[in-house]
Amino acid sequence: MKADDSIIRLSLQRPAFRLQVDLALPAQGITALFGPSGSGKTTLLRCVAGLERADEALLQVAGAVWQDDARGLFLPPWKRPLGYVFQEASLFDHLDVAGNLAYAQRRADAPRAPLSAQDTIALLGIGHLLARRIDTLSGGERQRVAIARALATQPRLLLLDEPLAALDRARRQDILPWLERLRDELRIPMLYVTHAVDEVARLADTLVVLDQGRVSDSGPVATVLDRMNASGLPGEDIGALIEGTVCELDARWKLARVLFDGGSLWLNDGGLARDQRVRVRVLARDISISLRQPEGTSIQNLLPASVVSVAPDVQESQVLVRLACGRSVLTARITARASDALALAPGLAVWAQVKSVALAQ
Amino acid sequence: MGLSAEDLGAIGITLKLASLTTLLLLVLCAPLAWWLARTQSRWRAPIGAVVALPLVLPPTVLGFYLLVVLGPHGPGGELTQALGLGLLPFSFGGLLFGSVLYSLPFAVQPLQRAFEAVGARPMEVAATLRASPLDAFFTVAVPLAREGFFTAAILSFAHTVGEFGVVLMIGGNIPGRTRVVSTQIYGHVEGMEYPQAHALAGGMVVFSFAVLLALALLQRRQPRLRP
Repeated sequence: MKADDSIIRLSLQRPAFRLQVDLALPAQGITALFGPSGSGKTTLLRCVAGLERADEALLQVAGAVWQDDARGLFLPPWKRPLGYVFQEASLFDHLDVAGNLAYAQRRADAPRAPLSAQDTIALLGIGHLLARRIDTLSGGERQRVAIARALATQPRLLLLDEPLAALDRARRQDILPWLERLRDELRIPMLYVTHAVDEVARLADTLVVLDQGRVSDSGPVATVLDRMNASGLPGEDIGALIEGTVCELDARWKLARVLFDGGSLWLNDGGLARDQRVRVRVLARDISISLRQPEGTSIQNLLPASVVSVAPDVQESQVLVRLACGRSVLTARITARASDALALAPGLAVWAQVKSVALAQ
Repeated sequence: MGLSAEDLGAIGITLKLASLTTLLLLVLCAPLAWWLARTQSRWRAPIGAVVALPLVLPPTVLGFYLLVVLGPHGPGGELTQALGLGLLPFSFGGLLFGSVLYSLPFAVQPLQRAFEAVGARPMEVAATLRASPLDAFFTVAVPLAREGFFTAAILSFAHTVGEFGVVLMIGGNIPGRTRVVSTQIYGHVEGMEYPQAHALAGGMVVFSFAVLLALALLQRRQPRLRP
């Protein structure tokens, strides 16, 4: 742990619920808090903000102690330099967009101000909205303004509580690129609550999995997602996250080839540029396994791999096969009967046929 | 059927009384209504009931106890004398005191409903934007509850203009000092001066209607509260 890391250590006892976490956040980047409803994600965020009082806590952010119950120290929320983006639109509708931003700016700690109002407005692309009344904004615009307002307080920590949950799919796609820009350009840690794997895959650097008030896993996002796959996360969302570089564009067929350490994958180019770093997701249900290199197949993506493990899936008729492909690990969901017929066992060399690859978004 | 000097005096006192009562009520009731809207204290129910008492008590009961308490031998009277304020009964100050008490629920209840509708979330949002609770109350809760303030002001004003029993008991209907329009009308009717009674009573009807209409139109122009 580095000196400028933030410490979040707290416990909270509620009837039939106990929250107990101990986290270290890196000084920059998005830490996703992931878990099912009722796992304590939002409660944890509220405790960090001081909106809810943890029974026992040590909170230290960017070198400043916000709460240390061992020493009887508790800063109320309005004295904590944090930004909070709530799940639903939380803008003050007695003020216009500029008024909402000014509300935060007036109360910000002036001395350090690494982020000017103009920067924030440009970063979130809301310059044309400043004179608008809140009730004339779309859901996506509201959340962008809410994020800009949170940043206008010059926070040392940005807390986001499922900021996309209230938006439909199209609006989410609108706002995700803005969140990526925040991640890449802001020099503050962000704690991002979500229960959507696609948001985690696209945005997070670090992933913390909460289950019934406890951290069940945490670490770099690709590693933790992979471990979640191996343990058979229920649902269809299981998939590997692979980071690579666009190395070839096929203008005729509108495809792009992404090179990673285990080979390369073709996907829809969707406006990608050469040498662009991208994250792609390969879902477990889209991978099939062959013992020999397949020929005469419609499947474009074939990767040599070796079996790491075969584990039972949640459904009894299926198994999850982990495949090492370079340093990346893919997970394939196939039937138990197929696994038996191919006599899949650790160390066996196989071909992974990838039916579909998507940009993580 | 013109208005006499006494009629005009009564109108002046009525407007002054209603305006001051409304102003005092809004200032006093905002924190009280805020507390009632937000607290989980066990005192919430009893205090809410005390605030609502003037709704069900006959005005004469309220007036009678005010006379007793504020009179020369009551605890309130001793206090006002010790403070050098003299005695409140049969003075404009007493009238104001009685009116504030009598119209209390008409200010507290709309404000309380409005604050309840604002809810806890905007205050939490304000806290995350570095606003202290007092700051957030004035810059977020009050503006968001503005329709409650309008309603409270209209009801307090109209209710004070329309009161009779408390005014008669604590004010004593002294011309030029505590005689208001409603007691003046009563006097005219007692003296069989129907044309004068008509002038004042008709004026009250027109005035009340105009005030309510103006405020209703004003309110419609304001942006509406959203949940």
